[in-house]
Amino acid sequence: MTEILVVCVLLALGYGFGTRAERRHYASIRDREEELAGVMIFSARLPPEPERYSQSRLVCGSVVISVDYFKAFVAGMRSLVGGRVTSYESLVDRARREAILRMKADARDLWPCKIFNVKLETSSISKGGGNTLGTVEVLAYGTAVAD
Amino acid sequence: MLLTNLEVVPGRRVIEHLGLVQGSTVRAKHAGKDIVAGIKNVFGGELKAYTELLQESREEALQRMVAQAEALEANAVLNVRFSTSSIAQGAAELFAYGTAVRLEESP
Repeated sequence: MTEILVVCVLLALGYGFGTRAERRHYASIRDREEELAGVMIFSARLPPEPERYSQSRLVCGSVVISVDYFKAFVAGMRSLVGGRVTSYESLVDRARREAILRMKADARDLWPCKIFNVKLETSSISKGGGNTLGTVEVLAYGTAVAD
Repeated sequence: MLLTNLEVVPGRRVIEHLGLVQGSTVRAKHAGKDIVAGIKNVFGGELKAYTELLQESREEALQRMVAQAEALEANAVLNVRFSTSSIAQGAAELFAYGTAVRLEESP
């Protein structure tokens, strides 16, 4: 009985705090994406006219984001029936967008610039219970070039 | 030392290739921070302590790579890549590698 109660409390806490954190994070991501929209990023291996640029530097951005108890629970339920795990989709989406924003911010001293050969690397750095996803790290890196 | 993950440096010519250079570091998690992270697993959100830890470790791996490149008297490392692998429970290896080259002096 107590165990069920503990799980319920954890679920409520996870839902409450997790949803609030996600909403705030998305709001901040949207703001900063607008602010940094001038920095264009490309996955192309080389700029079309490399000789045009005189400065270049490696830039990185990374973030570690943890799943909340409610999301992990929903994902656990989802794994019974299969299908899209929307609760994890938003988690990795947030992490990737945040990493890209930090990479753009790292290139600040070269503004206005473009970032080429952008690579995204996702790794799960800790496992939750039952081998589910616990915490993900996303690293974004590329080369910022400026005139 | 110029680091880039492109295969060329815009505006400068490569005069000598000096081979692959690499740097790596293995880091374990801090037990105290791990407890905090466990609590965070209930609430969700960013784990700032881990973000910093991984950033520092990656910086360290890059520095080791740069030290190797300096020993070869290179002045740039091209095509830099990162890789992360978890080699044991609670420990991760961060690895950076690239090609050391000598570039002609900037005009």
